[in-house]
Amino acid sequence: MALLEHISDTVLGTIFDILPIAAILLFFQFLVIREKPVNLAQIAWGFLYVLMGLSLFLVGLEQALFPIGETMARQLTSTQFLYGSDVAPTAPHWQDFIWVYVFAAAIGFATTVAEPALIAVSVKANEVSGGALNAWGLRVAVAVGVAVGVAVGTFRIVTGTPLPLYIMAGYVVVMLQTLRAPRGIVPLAYDSGGVTTSTVTVPVVTALGLGLASAIPGRSVLIDGFGLIAFASVFPIMSVLGYTTAAAWRRRRKAASKRDEESQP
Amino acid sequence: MSQVQRFFRLLLDAARDLLPIVAVIFVFQVAVIRQPFPDLAGILTGLALVVLGLALFVQGLELGLFPLGESMAQAFARKGNLTALLVFAFCLGFGTTVAEPALIAVADKAAAVAGGDGHIADTDAARQSYAFNLRVTVALSVGFALVLGVFRILKGWPIHYMIIGGYVLVVVLTNFAPDEIVGIAYDSGGVTTSTITVPLVAALGVGLASRIRGRNPLMDGFGLVAFASLTPMIFVLVFGMVT
Repeated sequence: MALLEHISDTVLGTIFDILPIAAILLFFQFLVIREKPVNLAQIAWGFLYVLMGLSLFLVGLEQALFPIGETMARQLTSTQFLYGSDVAPTAPHWQDFIWVYVFAAAIGFATTVAEPALIAVSVKANEVSGGALNAWGLRVAVAVGVAVGVAVGTFRIVTGTPLPLYIMAGYVVVMLQTLRAPRGIVPLAYDSGGVTTSTVTVPVVTALGLGLASAIPGRSVLIDGFGLIAFASVFPIMSVLGYTTAAAWRRRRKAASKRDEESQP
Repeated sequence: MSQVQRFFRLLLDAARDLLPIVAVIFVFQVAVIRQPFPDLAGILTGLALVVLGLALFVQGLELGLFPLGESMAQAFARKGNLTALLVFAFCLGFGTTVAEPALIAVADKAAAVAGGDGHIADTDAARQSYAFNLRVTVALSVGFALVLGVFRILKGWPIHYMIIGGYVLVVVLTNFAPDEIVGIAYDSGGVTTSTITVPLVAALGVGLASRIRGRNPLMDGFGLVAFASLTPMIFVLVFGMVT
């Protein structure tokens, strides 16, 4: 029964979150546009599904994933696990944290694949491109980007190197990639940076950052604990640009070799 | 395909999407941390709820959020009322961000940082007003981002100059902003775009781009989310400099 209570509480919370959006939509739909959408009943059902779906999703995450994800982040960053003793050495080596990087990459990948906002954007991209853009391929590309990003981000916390350096280097890479990427894909790639970090990824990744910053001597939890989300937003832009540029290049090469074959007698 | 079959398909997809998380947690729990699972029954019920919830959400996207975004874009394009469209874009950005739970959490932490190092007075009232101002700053920036993004779609400007210009601005401002705000500013870009806003905004952008002659939905329709995750960084860096 505790579960049912939790579900009804979460439904209430989600309604509260949706309320401002619904108010804005209703205001503009009926007072500014002043016409009824043709499929109003269907849209209303859709909103009900979204409300129920999001609530169940959150309850399930809180029940099954967040506690265990956060416990793991804590255990992997405990001094006992890292150094085999209760006392942290004054100058730990970055190699001591190998499992933290592996976990960061794995959990970054896994939570991104399940991110509802990313599913929405990839479905839309597939629809708009007439099926040319594979929704699943796009999601995997984004997830690989988040995986690398979060792993590099944990490395930064461990070594205590300045965050702006990494992000600026990331921007430079994105700029260079933009020059070579197929034009049509650029906006979508930029978008993928923002959609990766919402419901599922943020809580687990934040727990990892805070746990890690508190396990290393000389790191401030409040200052060094931040920044992982920023990594998770820059790296997917790179991976999506890279993925689509490579795909376009392969297509061109295939077309070229086909032309060569045809031109030979 | 019948409704039931369709929903079953969605459930299978959702289960597939969740598989990596289950695998990661299982492998780490058993092989690396070497601890038994606490409360296995609770975890399994939770997973079942997540799968069901994700399937319902995707169904709701296609029935509700996408069609609504498209139909509003269509209506605005038909009426040709630019002011109303831009005001709508601003309200959508501001309204969905100001109450975003992830942002509230980040703003509270940021206030704790500022209070702890003597940047603002270390009292509850000072921290609360700092957190509130920060939230309003981020919400304003997202409203501004959607206005700019919609304007770009209408004009057909290429996105990369604007985004790269934004990056340059972020880099320059980083040099002048106090160190402790930088991490928060960079993170604030990622937390603004929520699960309900993203599908609506994507459908709006694509809907507008496909209704306006000479615009390509793929090339011009996307990009709103990118603006919404770039401007908060700029606004928060400035916020850190002036407070």
